[in-house]
Parts: sequence; structure tokens; C-alpha cells
Amino acid sequence: MGRKGVETLVGLFVLLGILAILFLALRAANLGNFVIGETYLVTARFDNIGGLKVRSPVKSAGVTVGRVKAIVLDTNTYQGQVTMELEQSVTFPDDTSAKILTSGLLGDQFIGLVPGGSDRNLQAGGQVKLTQSAVLLENLIGQFLYNKAADAPATEPSAPAK
Amino acid sequence: MRGADVLPRLGVGALDVLRGLGHATFFVIDLLRNSLSAVTRPFLTIAQIYAIGNRSMVIIVASGLAVGFVLALQGYYTLSRYGATASLGLVVALSLVRELGPVVTALLFAGRAGTSLTAEIGLMKAGEQLAAMEMMAVDPKSRVLAPRLLAGLISMPLLAAMFSAVGILGGYVVGVLMIGIDPGAFWSQMQNGVDAVDDVGNGIVKSFVFGVACTVVALYQGFEATPTPEGVSEATTRTVVISSLMVLGLDFVLTALMFSAPS
Repeated sequence: MGRKGVETLVGLFVLLGILAILFLALRAANLGNFVIGETYLVTARFDNIGGLKVRSPVKSAGVTVGRVKAIVLDTNTYQGQVTMELEQSVTFPDDTSAKILTSGLLGDQFIGLVPGGSDRNLQAGGQVKLTQSAVLLENLIGQFLYNKAADAPATEPSAPAK
Repeated sequence: MRGADVLPRLGVGALDVLRGLGHATFFVIDLLRNSLSAVTRPFLTIAQIYAIGNRSMVIIVASGLAVGFVLALQGYYTLSRYGATASLGLVVALSLVRELGPVVTALLFAGRAGTSLTAEIGLMKAGEQLAAMEMMAVDPKSRVLAPRLLAGLISMPLLAAMFSAVGILGGYVVGVLMIGIDPGAFWSQMQNGVDAVDDVGNGIVKSFVFGVACTVVALYQGFEATPTPEGVSEATTRTVVISSLMVLGLDFVLTALMFSAPS
């Protein structure tokens, strides 16, 4: 086999290898739909951010419109301050509310934005005023047990009276 | 009398190991210093990529397909207990891209390409071809070893990527076409769970490091082989043993480093 033949086969090998890497990056991983164009920043304060992480999605009506960019603790109010980057093409009224939600029972947490009815839109650098914290499973269980305990004395005396 | 021999022997053994490591280090430094020819004379490297990469493709693709098939079957067995069979794509892709792709490719590479490198160079030495080159003022490191090193570095990540890609397709064939998992769930779970940088990128970094390790070991063993038939056969055996152990050890270190990095 001549020099040309070897070069062609090696070219084919390299091409196949690069195709395999592209397949892994675009088809197996999420590089394709990860690119966000122009964005603007909006902040929100939550009493408890739960398991929210940087790069968690921000969704409205289930559609991903942005990502969490940074999470810091605001030492004035001791709330978690979350900075989100939203797609430039998507605007929200300035009385939009933000909730921390969980996808499925055990899934990742994300921010859900529910638009309000105001005429003015949230500006870049603006703040979402109405927020609802993450629901912590421990607190839910605690509340449930507390309610049970509160119910218990009402039923117990009636039982022996019978 | 025998008890008194133990300590000196231990000392000699330790010194031998140290001497070997130092020798290998100088070999690598010398090799890198003389490796410009691999770039200035690209056809030398291209011919070696053909020998190392193209010729390893069949075994890599066949093994990747087999591993993908088996991963899908075994993963389905476990996942079906938890009713999470839709995550099969994610399980197959993550285990291949993060771990099995780079490691199994490197082990196969050590067996398929590393041995042939060692034997080839060892026989060149036994046939005094390397000495003849030196007589003609041609540095065998830059003429023979450097192109092979570069070829190994280029081939390994490409082979590992092929292994993972074919393995995922194998998982698709078994999971979706044979078992009947929903193809949409198969791909979307995979795309949600696999990160292009953290998983695919780290896998490529791993395979690149393994490529360096396997090729350097194979070249060193060939170059330092005793120039007799037994010497070459011993060197070939050592190539497989040392590169396999190095790949497994490096894999643990790299995985620990990549996991401990903040995500």
C-alpha cells in the first residue's frame, strides 16, 4: 500500500474518532441545547434555597428560560440570594413570583417563575420580590407528625368512655 | 545467617526500583527533547497512527459493542427492580463515558498496540538496527520512538471515544430494539444526565493520560529490552503487566481528582 493509501486510511480513522467525540458531546450529552444566547440577570431572595445549585434551570410553565448563575448568603437578611440569567427574548412582569420546585419526588430542584399582571417588565439587574422557599421534606414530616399529635388527644379520651 | 541477609536485600531491591524509575524518567525527558521530528516529518507519525490506531479499530469497536450489549442487559436487570428502566440510557452512557470507555480501551490498547511496539523496537535493537542508525548519526529516539509516541497520544482518545460511542449504540440496540424501552426516554434521560464537560471531557482527559502512560511504557520496555529472543519476550510481557497496572492505578487517582473538584 502506497503512501497515499496510508494517509487516506489514517484520515478516515481520525474522522471516525472525531465523529465519535461529536456523537458523545451532542447526542449523549446535552451540549446541543445548552447554548443560551444573550441573557440578562435577575436576583431573588429566598428564606431557604434547599438543594438548588449553580446551573440549575429556571423554568416558567415548565419551559426552561434560564439558569441559576450564582448563590450567595445575604448577611443583612440572612437569606439566600440567587442570581439568575434569563434569555433576553423572554420578559416577565415586575410582580412575577419565584418558587423553588422539585422535578418529581426525588429529582433536582429548579426555580419556577409565575408571571404576575403588572404592566411593567422586570429590568436587567431587577429583583423578584415575591418568593417561596424550597419545601424541605424534613419540615413536611415534622408538620405531619405535629398535626397527628394535635389530633391524638381529641380521639383518645372518647375511646375509653365507650 | 539468612535473617541477616533480609535487610541488605531489601535495600538492594529498593535501590533497584529507584534506579529503574530514575532511568525511565531520564528516558522520557530525553525522548521529549528529541520528539520534534514527529511534527516536522508528519508522515512518520501518520504511518504509526495507521499501525497503532487503524489496526486497533476492529478490536476496539467489537469490544465496545459487546460491552454496550452486556451493560444494557445487566443494567436492565437491576433497574427493572426499581421500575427505573427508562434510565437505562443514562446508566449505559455514564458508565461508558466516565469509566469503561477510557479504561477498557487502554487495557486493550496495551495488549494490542503496546506489545507490538515493544516487540518491534526490541527486535530492532536485537537486530542492531538501532545501533546502525546511531552509526549513521540518526538518533533512533527521534526517528523511531518519537513518531510512535505522538501516534499513541493521538490514537488513544479517538479509540476511547469510538469505544464509548459504539457501546452506547450497542446499549440502544439491546435496550430499545430488543427489550423495548421507549427510545425518547432512553435518549432524553441520557442527555439530561451526561454533562459535556464533566463527563465526556473528563473521559477524554483520562484516555489521553492513559495514552501517554501505555505508549511510554511500551517504548521504554522495547528500548531497554535485553537484545535476545528471551529478552524481547520478557519485555513484551512486562509492557502488558506494567501498563495495565498503571492504567488502573492512574484511573483511581484521576477519578478521585475529578470527583473532588467542585461541580
